[in-house]
Amino acid sequence: MDYNLATAAAAPDKELVHYVNELTTINLGPTHPATHGVFQNVLKMDGEKIVSADTTVGYIHRAFEKLAEHRPLYQITPITDRLNYCSSPINNMGWHMTVEKLLGVQVPKRAQYIRVIMMELARISDHIICNSILGVDTGAFTGFLYVFQMREKIYEIYEEICGTRLTTNMGRLGGMERDLNERAITKLRAFLKEFPVVLQEFIDLFERNRIFMDRTLGVGAISAEMALNYGFTGPNLRAAGVDYDVRVNEPYSSYEDFKFEIPVGTIGCTYDRFLVRNEEMWQSVSIIQQALDNLPNDGFAADAEHYYLPPKQEVYRSMEALIYHFKIVMGEIDAPVGEVYHSVEGGNGELGFYLVSDGGRAPYRLHFRRPCFIYYQAYPEMIKDMVLSDAIVLLSSMNVIAGELDG
Amino acid sequence: MQLSNRSKKMVVKPMTLKERMYLPAIAAGLGITIKHFFRKKPTIRYPEVKREFSPVFRGLHVLKRDDLGRERCTACGLCAVACPAEAITMISAERKKGEEGLYREEKYAEVYEINMLRCIFCGLCEHACPKAAIYLQPDVMAPAFYSREEVIYGKDRLVENADKRANAGLDRVNGVRKLS
Repeated sequence: MDYNLATAAAAPDKELVHYVNELTTINLGPTHPATHGVFQNVLKMDGEKIVSADTTVGYIHRAFEKLAEHRPLYQITPITDRLNYCSSPINNMGWHMTVEKLLGVQVPKRAQYIRVIMMELARISDHIICNSILGVDTGAFTGFLYVFQMREKIYEIYEEICGTRLTTNMGRLGGMERDLNERAITKLRAFLKEFPVVLQEFIDLFERNRIFMDRTLGVGAISAEMALNYGFTGPNLRAAGVDYDVRVNEPYSSYEDFKFEIPVGTIGCTYDRFLVRNEEMWQSVSIIQQALDNLPNDGFAADAEHYYLPPKQEVYRSMEALIYHFKIVMGEIDAPVGEVYHSVEGGNGELGFYLVSDGGRAPYRLHFRRPCFIYYQAYPEMIKDMVLSDAIVLLSSMNVIAGELDG
Repeated sequence: MQLSNRSKKMVVKPMTLKERMYLPAIAAGLGITIKHFFRKKPTIRYPEVKREFSPVFRGLHVLKRDDLGRERCTACGLCAVACPAEAITMISAERKKGEEGLYREEKYAEVYEINMLRCIFCGLCEHACPKAAIYLQPDVMAPAFYSREEVIYGKDRLVENADKRANAGLDRVNGVRKLS
């Protein structure tokens, strides 16, 4: 039967009105166990088939952009932790790089390489979560438990670098807060040895599994044109066949020094996204290996006394260092007037920071370009005429993370 | 669409007959499960066995004393300014005659409170402190609580015990112990 809810409301056709009244309304969310986060979809269902979807965002809106207008630049880093909390180092580094772009700070190569290592680790942990949760949603719990052990190892490396595991607040404006120490390097090397084995096992479990393929192959396909029109980036766009990667197209933090490939899919279905993410994890392992092997030795922080906190020993002893220390902590760093946009390849797409500075201690305006927000706009159109269980699989394969969606 | 010459096409091969059948996959899956029985167990049996934290772990705050047992904090308020969660409040007071053994500087914090409900353990207070007074301990975590009053840590619980000095962990500069 041909149905259109808008025309049904405008020109009541008896049969059509009857049909619309027969539709079931289902609240998918805001606290649905299958949606991995706090977002609501009001679905109109014809049996198992979705006729229309109405998405609601903002259930965990924390007004980050407004909060940032009252914080000195360095205090915004903990806020970015809470955007995509599966890969917070990428958000931290992206923000640091944005501010460095505004201030014109040159970061030494070693700090850039450490950043690359941390960002690729974060990408692996983000993809681990997305792909293994996709397995859980299609009914395979085991693979999830096997790879999550590796995420724990990544968090231990974070802990050695910055001191905490999930909300990392890693690095500082102008570099890292401390150098890679022996413990961190040992753990990194151990991770690089163990992870490929576990990832290969995970891929063997899923990639040619009939149940998994039946559930994902061809489900939730999005054409490259539609994906571009919506503004998709990251693995979701690459799965549709467009090889757009910020790391290659707009290299930042010395990504041009590394050899890696951009995996692209064919039709942009859930299975393609799964394949692209798996391949990206292999590429990330290779990038970390390259960065660790060629780690330069020119210091972990920029030589920018106006912006980078002086070493503590200096602060206790020298008056000049104490003055800089006070100025930086109070946020009086004389930021130039201007606006910058900087984007990084986040765990699930291009994470952009648009910063307008009026020269004050806080940004005049800060906008986060959150990829999840964009994916979620396409969600109602993508799930139309799908069955409910496929819609759940599609949502987790797009890796929409509520913290980033609402901002 | 081709934007760079570094793309790698992911090809999806059609399922073979063996892959179409469920039974071999089930047997293979069981094999993997049994193989995992004999691997090293990743679980840490928590209360009995404890994982080693990193020396830079950001745990519960401590207000340090110096080697003579005097409080280091001089109530400059830099930690409160640096706190992105606005969790720290303090009231300063002037040191009186005869209190030289208690406080290191002429000014000290009469009241120093950290609201652990607000605190996000970002460590910016530690970065901000110019007197080596506040540290996040690498081996102590904020314990669970039953009431809101319990969560506001005053000086009675923050200042370290003069007899049992707290561990301040490692400093930003690689491998150097923090001033404690």
